[in-house]
Amino acid sequence: MLRQLEGSKAIAETVALCRPEVVCAYPISPQTHIIEAIGVKVKEGSLAPCEYINVESEFAAMSVSIGASAAGARAYTATASQGLLFMIEAVYNAAGLGLPIVMTLANRAIGAPINIWNDHSDAMAVRDSGWIQLFAETNQEAADLHVQAFRLAEELSVPVMVCMDGFILTHAVEGVDLMDQATVDRFLPAYEPRQVLDPEDPVSIGAMVGPEAFEEVRYLAHLRQLDALDYIPVIAEEFTALTGRPSGGLIHPYRTEDADTIVVALGSVLGTIKDAVDHLRDNGERVGVLGITSFRPFPIEAVRSALANASRVIVVEKAFSLGMGGVLATDVSMATLGSSAVLNTVIAGLGGRPIAQHSIEAMIARAIRGELESLTFLDLDEGIIERERARMARTRRSGPFAENVLRDLRQNREDRS
Amino acid sequence: MFQVRIHGRGGQGVVTAAELLSVAAFNEGRHAQAFPSFGSERTGAPVVSYCRLDDREIRTREPIMAPDAVIVQDVTLIHQVDLFGGLVEDGYVLINTSRTFEELGLDDLGDRFRAEHLMTCPATELAIEHVGRAVPNAALLGAFAALTGQVPLPAIGVAIRERFHGPVGERNVAAASAAFDHVTREMEAAARASST
Repeated sequence: MLRQLEGSKAIAETVALCRPEVVCAYPISPQTHIIEAIGVKVKEGSLAPCEYINVESEFAAMSVSIGASAAGARAYTATASQGLLFMIEAVYNAAGLGLPIVMTLANRAIGAPINIWNDHSDAMAVRDSGWIQLFAETNQEAADLHVQAFRLAEELSVPVMVCMDGFILTHAVEGVDLMDQATVDRFLPAYEPRQVLDPEDPVSIGAMVGPEAFEEVRYLAHLRQLDALDYIPVIAEEFTALTGRPSGGLIHPYRTEDADTIVVALGSVLGTIKDAVDHLRDNGERVGVLGITSFRPFPIEAVRSALANASRVIVVEKAFSLGMGGVLATDVSMATLGSSAVLNTVIAGLGGRPIAQHSIEAMIARAIRGELESLTFLDLDEGIIERERARMARTRRSGPFAENVLRDLRQNREDRS
Repeated sequence: MFQVRIHGRGGQGVVTAAELLSVAAFNEGRHAQAFPSFGSERTGAPVVSYCRLDDREIRTREPIMAPDAVIVQDVTLIHQVDLFGGLVEDGYVLINTSRTFEELGLDDLGDRFRAEHLMTCPATELAIEHVGRAVPNAALLGAFAALTGQVPLPAIGVAIRERFHGPVGERNVAAASAAFDHVTREMEAAARASST
C-alpha cells in the first residue's frame, strides 16, 4: 500500500514483514527511529516470536546477531558511523563466518571532528569486510532492498548491509509503497541455514585456520561475493516481476545510451544528479548518470559496459581516502581500464554538506570544457583552507585545525554583518 | 514544484507540521517530500523544517534554498534568524502573531514581496482556544491552505486526524479550520480594500 511516511518507519515496517526472529541493536543517530519502531512492534507482540535484545553497545549488538544467526535465527540489526566502527571486529567475524545477518547502515560521517550528518565514510570503512553492500537511492528502494537483502544473504550465507543516507533518507517523509505480508512471504522463504549450531547435530564454527588453509577459505568467501554478482540481478528481476518496481540490481543507468559524459554515484544524491542531467540535456549536453546499487561486490563488468561509450566519467562520492582520493573512483577506474575515457573524481557532501543541483551542473559543465581537476572537492571554501595553512606555516603552536576553521568562519560571518 | 520552509522552536511541532503538510498533499494524489533541518535539536532551540509539493516525482535531495512560502511559528525568531532568505519574489509569508507586520518591525517585507502574499494569523491564540495548548502548527496549516491554495482544508484535516486520534485530532482540526476562516476573512477584506 502506498503510504506517506518517514523513511525509518518504512524500513521498520518492511523489516517486520521479513519476519526477523532476533533484532539486536544499539541506538545511534540517524538510525534510531528504525530500531525504535521495530522495538515497539516487538513489545506490542505484533512481531511474535521475534525477540528484541537490549545490549550495552554496538559490539554486543553485532555479537548477539552473530550468535542468533549461528543458532539458525533470522537476525537483523542497524547502526551508523561510530557505532559501526565500534562493532567492526564483529562485523568482520559475521562475514568470515558466513552468517546471513541483515544490517541497515544509516550512513553518517565518522569523527573526529564529531559530526552526526550524512556521508559515506562509515560504509567505506568496512568495504573490505566481506559484507555485501547495497546502496539505496530512495526510501522506496531502501525498503525494497531489505526484502531482497534477506533473500540474498540467506541464499548465499553472506551478511548484507543496506546503506541508506542518514537523515536525507531516514528522516525524509515521502511516498513508499509498502509490500504486503503475502507478497513478502512469496519472495522470501523461511530461513534454511547452510550451517547451524544444533545440539542434536553438534558442529563448531569459528575454527582457527592457519597458513595451510587461510588463503583458500578467503578465496571461497571471494567466490561467494562473485556468486552474488550473478544472483543480485536474478532476485531483482524476480522482485520487479512481483512488485513492478525496478529496485535493486547491480546498477541503475539513466540516460546513458548516447551520453558522452556519465556521472557515477551511490545513494540518494543520484536524484539530484538526475535533475541536473535532465536540465543539462535540455541545453543539448549529452550527459547520463550511472547509479551503483551493489558497491560490494563491485559489478566491474556491468559498470564497464555502461561506461563503454563515454568519453568522460565523473565519479561523485561522499567519502574519500585521505592521502589518495576517491574510493568509488578507484573501483570505477578498474572498470574503465584500457578505455580512453577521462576520469574525474568529485568529493561532495562530506559531513552533511548540502549538494546543490546548481553546483553539480556547474561542475559537469567545467568537466565538459576540460577544466575540472582530476580530484575536485565540490564547493570547497578555499579562503578558509589558505588561512589555516598560513597559520600553520606561521606558528608552531597553531592549535587544533577544526576549532580554528570554526573560529575563522564565525569571524567571516561577523565581518560580513 | 511548490517549496515551503517552516521556522519555529523545538517543541512547537515544526517537524510535524512539514510532515502533516506532506501527508495532506499525498492524500490529494500529489507527490510530497518533507524533511527536518538535520541537527541536534533541543526544546526551545530554533528549528527549521521543509516540505516540497509537486505533481510529479520529487527526486532532488538538495535543501530548499528558494522557498515559495515561509511559515514562522514563533515571532521571537524575527531578527534572530534569516527567516526570509531565498524566498522567491512572489513568495508567501505566514507569521503566527496577533500583531501587524509594522508592529513586528517587518515593514520592509511589503517592499520586497506582494502585499496580498503577506499574512499573519494568531495561531497560538487559536490553538489555546481550540486545543488547550500553545501548539500553533495545526492552525498554521489551516492558514497556509487559505493563503496559498496549495492544499484544500479538508486534506489538512484528514492528515491531522491520521496523526492525532480522538479528541486531540478533532481539536487540532478545529484550530486549523478557525485559522483557515481567519485568513480567508483577512484576504476578502484586503481584496475589498484594494478594489475601492
